[in-house]
This record gives sequence, C-alpha cells and structure tokens, in this order.
Amino acid sequence: MRATPPSPAALICQMRRGGLSQRERRQNQPLSLGKRGRGEGAALFSTRTGVALAIVFVASIAVAQIRTQPASASVLELLVKWTPLLATGFLFNLLISFFAMVVGTASGLLLAFARISPRRSLSGTSWIVVQFFRNAPWLVLLFFVMYLLPFQFRLGSVTIPFPDWIKATLGLALPIMANVAEIVRGAVQSIPTAQWDAARSLAFSRRQTLWKIILPQCVKRMLPPWMNWYAILTMATTLASIVGVSEVMTITLRITNAEGRTDLLIPIYSYVLLWFFLYCYPISRWTRRLEARYGQR
Amino acid sequence: MDDVAAWFLALYKATGIKLTIFYDGYDRGRFVEGLITTVKLSAYCLAGSLVLGALVAMLQGARTAAVRRAASAFVELFRNTPPLVQLYFFYFALGPLLPRAGGAPLLGSFGWAVISLTLLETAFAAEIYRAGIEAVPREMVEAAASLGFSRPQIYRQVVLPLALRATLPAMTNNLVNLVKTTTLAYAIAVPELVYMSAQIWSEQVNVPEMMVVLLVCYVAMVGAINQFMQWLEARLRVPGFGQ
Repeated sequence: MRATPPSPAALICQMRRGGLSQRERRQNQPLSLGKRGRGEGAALFSTRTGVALAIVFVASIAVAQIRTQPASASVLELLVKWTPLLATGFLFNLLISFFAMVVGTASGLLLAFARISPRRSLSGTSWIVVQFFRNAPWLVLLFFVMYLLPFQFRLGSVTIPFPDWIKATLGLALPIMANVAEIVRGAVQSIPTAQWDAARSLAFSRRQTLWKIILPQCVKRMLPPWMNWYAILTMATTLASIVGVSEVMTITLRITNAEGRTDLLIPIYSYVLLWFFLYCYPISRWTRRLEARYGQR
Repeated sequence: MDDVAAWFLALYKATGIKLTIFYDGYDRGRFVEGLITTVKLSAYCLAGSLVLGALVAMLQGARTAAVRRAASAFVELFRNTPPLVQLYFFYFALGPLLPRAGGAPLLGSFGWAVISLTLLETAFAAEIYRAGIEAVPREMVEAAASLGFSRPQIYRQVVLPLALRATLPAMTNNLVNLVKTTTLAYAIAVPELVYMSAQIWSEQVNVPEMMVVLLVCYVAMVGAINQFMQWLEARLRVPGFGQ
C-alpha cells in the first residue's frame, strides 16, 4: 500500500499549533490507514465557500438597498466609496503579517538551534521559552509588548521613534517564533539519526552536518506547517486593532461610526470577512496540496 | 489569607511591586470574577462545540451532496476568516438586529461571545471528529460486520470508542486554543480575565505586574488542561491500538 497523505487530524494539529509534536506524530501515523481518498471533489468546496460568502455579501447589500430611504446614498455606493480606505487598511495588515513572519521565522530558527543543542542548559532554557510563548494567548502577548516597550528609543542624542505598529508586529512575532521553533525541531528530529552518524564518520562538523545535510532535507517538511502559520498570523493581525493600530478592523469601526447606518453593518463586515477569506483560503488549499504531495514519498 | 495579604502589602511598601489583587478586596473580587467568566466562557463553548461539531461532522458525511457541501462550506468559512472579525460581525452587525426585551438587548456581549466562539470551535471540532472516524481502520469495521454486528452496533461499539480515542490529542490542542481564544472577548467588553485585568491596571497603574499575573494565569490554565488530557489519554488507552 502506498503511503497515505497525513490524516486531517495531523493537519489540524499543524493548523492550530504548528508542527506536530513527537507524540502527535506517533499517534497520527498508524491511524491514517482507513482514510478515504479526498482528491478532485475537495476542490469544489473552495469555490462553493467563496460563493456562499459572496452570496451573503450580495444579499445583505440587496436587502439594505431595498430598505434605503430614496434620499440617502445606497449601501453599495458607500462600500465603493470606502473601498480604497479599507484596502489601505488591509494592505497594512498584510505588511504587519510579512514583517511579523520574517522576524518570527528568523528568531524561531535561532530558538530551534538552541533547542536541539546538545548542551542541556541551552536546550532546557529554550524549551521553557517555547512552551511559554506557545501557550500564552496572542492578545495577552500583544498587550505585554504594547505596554512594556517604550514608544521611542534614545541612542545618545538621537531619538528613534518606535511606532505602535512595529510594537504590534513584534508582539505577533513572539508566538510565531515559538511555533516556528517547534516546526524546525520536529523536522530535524524526523530525520533518521543514522544520517548524523554517517556525516560524523565522514568528518563533517556538527554545524556542517546541520546546514549541509539535515536542514536541506527539512525544508520540505517545514514548508506546509510554516505556511499554515502564516495564514493564522494574517488572521491574527486584526488583533492589532484592539491595541490601537489603524488596520482594517479599526478603519471598519470608524467607518461604521462615521456613517452611523445600521443597514451598513452586515455588508461591511461580510465584505472584510470576504477579503480575508480570499487571501487565506488559497494559502490553506495550497498548503494541503503540498502536504499531500510531500507526504507521498 | 490575611498573612498573604499582609505579605504582599509589605512587598509593595518595600519594593513598589504592586499586586493589588492579593491585598485589595475589590480588585481581588474583580480578578476572580474575570477568571470565573473566562472559565465559564470556555466551558460553554467547549460543550457547545463538542455537540455541534459531531453534528457538522455527521452532515459532512451525509448522503445528499448539497448538505455535505454546506457543512464543508461552514467549516472552511470559519477556519479561514479572522476570529476577531467573526466576533465583531456577530456582535456589531447581527447584534443590533435582535429585538430588545424591555430596553436591554436580548443577548449581551457574553452571549454573543459564546455563540461566535462556539461556531468557530465547532468548525475545528468537526474536522477533528471526521479525522477520528476516518482513522478507524476499515478492517475493524469489516471484522465487526462479519461477526454479525449491525450498522448502529458497529458505530456505537467499535467505531466511536476508537475514533474518540484517536481524536484526543487533537482535542487537547483544540481546548488549549479555545482558552486562548476567549481573550478575544475582551474586544466586545465581556468581563473576562483580560478585561478585568485591564480595568485593574488602568486604575492602579500596575501594568507590568498585572501582565505577568495574566500570563502566569493563562500558562497555568493551559498546563492544567494538558496534564488532565494526558492523564485521560493514558487512562483510555487501548493496548496495542494506535501506538
């Protein structure tokens, strides 16, 4: 029997918490035997869901349209009017997600190296760090960074401003860091130890073994969960609105306050939902495809 | 209790570390209330999502294609949109549509938080259930059938007991995420732990101390859940299956 792609349960573990822990891996692999094939048919859902969301959106506009007093602007006009502003807000979300992902991945790699270090003190400390940042709620971490970091730095006579969105980015990067560290650790540990021994017998140093032999093989295993975390992070950037960054949710709230029209509420919120869905769903599908492809060998 | 309060008061006087929740009765009351609200919110959402998740998982395996697709669309929708936007959608967009009962809204922020988070968790729970049922080897079902079990019997006595065990690790993750996600309810002013702590730190100006307390609280809650679920897994383990 050919190897099956990872079971949906494994997928969910990754979706929600990054790489599989050893325990989850062990539990999931032997269980994915009786799996039903889920090939072409699944592709239908993507369009269907998008269509469903679009229908809600259009229907809410239509209902609002009918109810509108003739004198005032229609909901559709309002949405068109505010779309550029919403788009800048959404782009800001994407910007935050890019930066947070870069910072989180870089620091997560360092943390993972500490985690797999043969020195007990180093790996123990990094274990605590990883567990802490994986298990603390994102919002609390965000508050932590927002309130405890200064809003400007003073280097000699130069004052470097430290705007709130950069702080929010750092706050969002923290859980990403811990989860990337877990992904890397899981991937490195999934490479058979015989390879380490073989490299050593060929006189590779530890660093050379890691960089030239182990990590290149890990990239494929790390990519799908890493992409999942990117999608989760993108959705989490809306949290920045709670701590006062003017991203798309803040702008939406301001628009609804400025217009003061109850019939605008459902259309505008489903509009924003639709944007996020259109951005995140392809990533999610692509991840599943990669996972299925890499899982086959 | 008085000794603890006296110790923390002395700590404040000596070092300036201001942990009012340990010696100020009002702050402690608020903090405990927040903790209870968080636990209540998590418990309601957990119960709701376990039941609804099973239902959605069942619908995903239904005979009618339309029902199947609708269930899958629901799952994909809630998994691929930001939870905060969902919460705002329910509270700000759907909330005003409800009729008002005697001046007060029919459903407060707590109620909407329960509904919104339950639906979110339902989407995740449904996937977990489905994966669990698919994880039961087909040979087991065939073996049971050949022993003369009827279909309902197979489900009740063979598939479900094994499937539920297979879902436990994923359910642990889900539960941990649920507790972490309840912090979002802060955004619609549900008086949960973060909200209460924010009130305390804005009145007492002890942000760093309360932050640490908050983080410790959540990490402790998650740790307790992990421990319990590991115990449960070990307790329910079937020797020779899934290892």
